[in-house]
Amino acid sequence: MPAPAVELRGITKRFGPVLANDRVDLLVEAGTIHGIVGENGAGKSTLMNILYGYYRADAGTVAIDGEPRRIGRPIDAIRAGIGMVHQHFMLVEPFTVLENMLLGAEGGPLLASGVARLRASLARLGREHGLEVDPDARVGDLPVGLQQRVEILKALCRGARVLILDEPTGVLTPQEADELFAILAGLRAQGRTVVLITHKLREVMAATDRVSVMRGGRMVAHRRTSETSREELAELMVGRKVQMRPDRRPARPGRPVLEVRGLEVADDRGVPRVKSVTFEVRAGEIVGIAGVAGNGQSELLEAIAGIRAPTRGEIRIDGRSVGGSAEGRPRGFGHVPEDRLRMGLVPDLPACENAVLGYHRRPDYVTSGLLRRRRIVEICSGWLERYDIRPRAPMLPAIAFSGGNQQKLVVARELEHDPELLLVGQPTRGVDIGAIEFIHGRLLAMRDAGKAVLLVSVELDEILALADRILVMFDGRIVGELPAERAEERRIGLLMAGIAAEAA
Amino acid sequence: MDGLWLQSLLLADSTVRLATPLVFCALAGLLSERAGIVNIALEGKMLGGAFAAASAAAVSGSAWVGLLAGIGFACALALVLGFATITHRGEQVVSGVAINIVVAGLGPTLADAWFGQAGRIPLPGGARFAPIDLPGAVELAGVPVLGPFYAEVVSGHNLLVYLAVLAVPTIAWIVAKTRFGLRLRAVGENPEAVDTAGVRVEGMRYRALLLAGVLCGLAGAYLSIAQNAGFIRDMTAGKGFLALAALIFGKWRPVPAVLACLLFAFADAAQVRLQGTPLPLVGTVPTQAIQALPYLLTILLLAGFVGRAVAPRSLGRPYVKDR
Repeated sequence: MPAPAVELRGITKRFGPVLANDRVDLLVEAGTIHGIVGENGAGKSTLMNILYGYYRADAGTVAIDGEPRRIGRPIDAIRAGIGMVHQHFMLVEPFTVLENMLLGAEGGPLLASGVARLRASLARLGREHGLEVDPDARVGDLPVGLQQRVEILKALCRGARVLILDEPTGVLTPQEADELFAILAGLRAQGRTVVLITHKLREVMAATDRVSVMRGGRMVAHRRTSETSREELAELMVGRKVQMRPDRRPARPGRPVLEVRGLEVADDRGVPRVKSVTFEVRAGEIVGIAGVAGNGQSELLEAIAGIRAPTRGEIRIDGRSVGGSAEGRPRGFGHVPEDRLRMGLVPDLPACENAVLGYHRRPDYVTSGLLRRRRIVEICSGWLERYDIRPRAPMLPAIAFSGGNQQKLVVARELEHDPELLLVGQPTRGVDIGAIEFIHGRLLAMRDAGKAVLLVSVELDEILALADRILVMFDGRIVGELPAERAEERRIGLLMAGIAAEAA
Repeated sequence: MDGLWLQSLLLADSTVRLATPLVFCALAGLLSERAGIVNIALEGKMLGGAFAAASAAAVSGSAWVGLLAGIGFACALALVLGFATITHRGEQVVSGVAINIVVAGLGPTLADAWFGQAGRIPLPGGARFAPIDLPGAVELAGVPVLGPFYAEVVSGHNLLVYLAVLAVPTIAWIVAKTRFGLRLRAVGENPEAVDTAGVRVEGMRYRALLLAGVLCGLAGAYLSIAQNAGFIRDMTAGKGFLALAALIFGKWRPVPAVLACLLFAFADAAQVRLQGTPLPLVGTVPTQAIQALPYLLTILLLAGFVGRAVAPRSLGRPYVKDR
């Protein structure tokens, strides 16, 4: 048996009080695609960043192709033939593709010679792997799919034989993801090794040969992909049985609560992002808006929530016109914004103050202009308990909670004030499976209680699990509407990519 | 007609003289800010350079020793700034202001202790850079139009002025065409990308600051041992900040930044000539109002005409790996 491409033994890494990796072992066979799955915070990225030399392990050893290696800095890993595509791309946006590839691989004090050499190898790699990209394009102008290509090319140009990809499909449509997996399979056919970090079990099952599961900083299982199942992997990740799809009763839609007519919205630079969008959300139903990030969903949600003024069109809530102002709260709708840290919370305020933010003028919370601190803490404590938000510390600043717990805090605030209409953006972004299950359950309970829910999510699985009707947005327009029972992933994926609008 | 031409030439000549320290400083600012370090300490480093250059030149009697001392001290200050902002990830503006304050006080105090002239350092003869007459300046002065231009504007400056002229294309070339320049630009935009490409972020930023220190030293030495003969308290008079404004006005690019320096210098030169001269329609304007011209110009330009100046994305952000 040939030496394993990567062998990690006893890797341990501490970030302050947090043990991110606890004596982790990992064996990756050469010429395979190896998945690493686990919830957020399980330590997958940390482990791979240690292999790449970006973080330094407190203990443990690394061997590449059977040879022990000291990897203290990224340059050591690059020299050992390891390349990594980070979740947040490591690209210099104002630079061209070529300049990005040159960085760190200039081949001499002057750039001229390196440029010629790189142009040639870029053309060759593009042909070999189907990774064509314009070398003179500004990286910041490229769509994310192409930016990812640049990252892969960067690694290949520097001779990577082991390619690590950290959550590569978060920004891709299902079809683009399939293309990526085809490229990865091509690399495997050449004898290269791929390590794929993900939390999407569908992808693990579709693309990998073997899979390792991490939980709470430890490696808990290794499996051949052919000998495991989504259910088993989910259970290993969470440490208990999980329900992959929530139970749901058929919806009983009532009167329209939200009506949107001919809505047009422009972004901060005046570019139209929402183009004559019309739809309605009825009481007792969840309407899901699917689409690849950046196709106008965010602006649509912000316009309905009164954060962004529409340029044209009408928004009616409960029959009353809402004129693009920020006075939504008294009108009885809740809003779970897409970006919890930027819009959902004031990170430095304690959890209890965040828990009433936006509702803080209610007599429950304030008497003669002064906050009723004791009452607020009491109410918040109740929610921390009910929503299982940890730690149960209402006075702790919001920033000190983990992402999933922050999200649950926002969800608790918006749901507990009992809105007739709930606007929800990316409710489970960066949230672990246990919390996802909980949040999904709460959203369905809202629906069953006769509330109207508008759900915007880039996670197709989430839309499929929750929505009674699915609207697909592409380039600012709604390009398709499907009832839940007729929705299938492939069809929606094509719509999301702007293909075959007529086929739907 | 001849008189007007001569007046314009004299104005151009003093513009060049006044622009020299601004150009050095703006280029220094460019190097450090493109690397992601806010360099509000340009003023302090230039003043420190002026002080050290004058002290060393006064003691040794050699302008060259003074120049080396000026560069050395400005680099030492750059290292202090680097230690605070790169190694210890301190707040860059605060660290820079601290350097400015320390130098503003330290210079005159030490000068007083060492030379006993109320914070001034006078230079002995021969300890400064003298004007250089370029070949043919005297002979060609008689040639109409171009002759006086060559003699007044091109020729007759000291070595450091010519060095500043050379520094502009050199720095522009380094930033655009070399490995160092590529990494410099990258580290100010996205240090994570530089780190993961296998290049040390801290090392790059230190090198950028040191090179900026050399240029600040040149600017300071120019003030105390070339343009003037000696050091006086606060002799930089906000030129470091003016250079920083020129850098922003030039959108962090070498040639536009240098053009902005020339504009500020021109305003300054014109201001000197306008003092006490009655203007048509207005009459004599108070000196103070005229002196404020370059600064008013700065405010106007920065407020109104910069357009969307996009700073290097990581400017002012210490490099901390997440968590």
